[in-house]
Amino acid sequence: MAATTSDAGTRRDFLYVASGAVGAVGVAAAAWPFIDQMNPTTAALAMGTTEIDLTAIQPGQQIVFKFRGQPLFVRRRTPAEIAAAKAVDVSSLPDPLARNLNLPDSAQATDADRATKPEWLILVGVCTHLGCTPTVSTPQMPEGDYGGWLCHCHGSQYDTAGRIRKGPAPQNLLVPQYAFLSDTRVKVG
Amino acid sequence: MSGPSTYNPKSGFERWLDARLPLPRLMHDTMQTFPTPRNLNIWYTFGGILTFCLGIQILTGVVLAMHYVANAGLAFDSVESIMRDVNYGWLMRYMHANGASMFFLAVYIHMFRGLYYGSYKAPRELIWIIGVLIYLLMMATAFFGYVLPWGQMSFWGATVITNLFTAIPVVGHSIATWLWGDFSVGDATLNRFFSLHYLLPFIIAGVVGLHIWALHVPGNNNPLGIDVKSPQDTVPFHPYYTVKDAFYLVLFIILFAGFVFYAPNFFGNPDNYQQANPLVTPPDIVPEWYLLPFYAMLRSIPNKLIGVLVMGGAIVTLVFIPWLDTSRVRSCRFRPLMKQFFWAFLVASVLLGYCGAQSVDAARFGIPLVWVARLASLYYYAFFWLIMPIVGLIETPKKLPASIAQSVLGDSAAAPSPLPAE
Repeated sequence: MAATTSDAGTRRDFLYVASGAVGAVGVAAAAWPFIDQMNPTTAALAMGTTEIDLTAIQPGQQIVFKFRGQPLFVRRRTPAEIAAAKAVDVSSLPDPLARNLNLPDSAQATDADRATKPEWLILVGVCTHLGCTPTVSTPQMPEGDYGGWLCHCHGSQYDTAGRIRKGPAPQNLLVPQYAFLSDTRVKVG
Repeated sequence: MSGPSTYNPKSGFERWLDARLPLPRLMHDTMQTFPTPRNLNIWYTFGGILTFCLGIQILTGVVLAMHYVANAGLAFDSVESIMRDVNYGWLMRYMHANGASMFFLAVYIHMFRGLYYGSYKAPRELIWIIGVLIYLLMMATAFFGYVLPWGQMSFWGATVITNLFTAIPVVGHSIATWLWGDFSVGDATLNRFFSLHYLLPFIIAGVVGLHIWALHVPGNNNPLGIDVKSPQDTVPFHPYYTVKDAFYLVLFIILFAGFVFYAPNFFGNPDNYQQANPLVTPPDIVPEWYLLPFYAMLRSIPNKLIGVLVMGGAIVTLVFIPWLDTSRVRSCRFRPLMKQFFWAFLVASVLLGYCGAQSVDAARFGIPLVWVARLASLYYYAFFWLIMPIVGLIETPKKLPASIAQSVLGDSAAAPSPLPAE
């Protein structure tokens, strides 16, 4: 076979570059399983839903359930707590979005969009700063200035609708997907 | 590792080996005849001490791994079994746990030594940068190790640190999930942390090899910060510095043993003797003491992303020190202005550590500690990015001695002169 003598590149140059490129793609493809194996397993992804019985929860009380390995706050709010949450001007909040998985992403952080049934506030109990579990505030044992929760790790304060009011947390506490099966049963997830 | 070799194989076997694998030559040139400045003081013994620390951590760690179970349901009990049932298990664990604190104590002394004597300056920039890399690897290893007993502080420390990644816009939460292998810290996280905790020390050992290799090209800096000019300025590493290192190593081991045998839980947190509970965060989350200054920076800033950036930037800053310092003089002994800023920096670092250990809304003498931490963080950054470049340009250094030999032995040894030695 006659060798080419032009500057445009020989058959050998082409083979070098082509095999190099195939090799690089091959290495990248081989690396992916080693990276993806660290993501949650199918078993972890299949973690289902939780059904919660609300009958035992008294007004002003919060019960913590375990949901997908994380704490789930279910708080039965008193009329005073609901009124305090409703009185807040949404535009003055650090995070004006509802962060409610039952609503569109653009929903505003009004009290109605944080709790579909005003009496029941259901939240993922994970501080949006660095993941600690905030401590609930009650009139007997107040935590923070806003009557909701105080995260002791880095001082974030949430109000009675679980909205961030003060401190380093960037977002309101997340409202998970949930549906009321009856007046006393709720399915979360 | 560099320079002409003085190794002279004596026996036939040594000559045979030298032609095939010149390991004896390497040992001879790096640990025996290596010319070392004759004026190294106590602060230069910490390199050897740190090598010892790494060795102890690997040795005790391999033993602990024989008895530890990396499973969220069993880990806590397996650690208690090591403490109560395994022969000398208590000794292995207390050496390993206190060894980590001793390791960091030594590394901080080693780093402040480098800062004071300008050991990061040309031609030793890479030694310093490799050192920063070792420091980062040490922090990662210590963090992974602290998670393994699966106590309350283990769990919540892991939660807070991994959540730092959620500050990254868009992909932050995916990264955190990838690190966890779940939607929160759990069994999958514990397993991989154990795997990495076993891996990293060997990587550290490899990088330490690079650190020492890079050190043996220009040779040691010294308290005067001036270059070695003649063979008179140096002594062979052995026996002079092997003996000096060994002496201070023994003193260090006495301190180490004091903690292991008389105050084994001094650096520990009692909350970590409670098993991890994903539903209850302890009232005060505190990292291990050696991470407190960075933790104080994180907490002092009321914005999540900026807080994480300030904390990470404090460590990344260290990489740039060789080029931030504009002075032509290395050692702070001859830098009257820089010396004062250096000590203020040490105070600011300790102050940050103190603030990091207190609860977030604490105050002393009516001053909220969060403001103390803010000022100290500001000084930390200013020290490197403003003071170092500016002081180097405006400061008039003191007169440097003519040579190491002259400074140590007096003028008579170096050059005939009637003046007495300083």
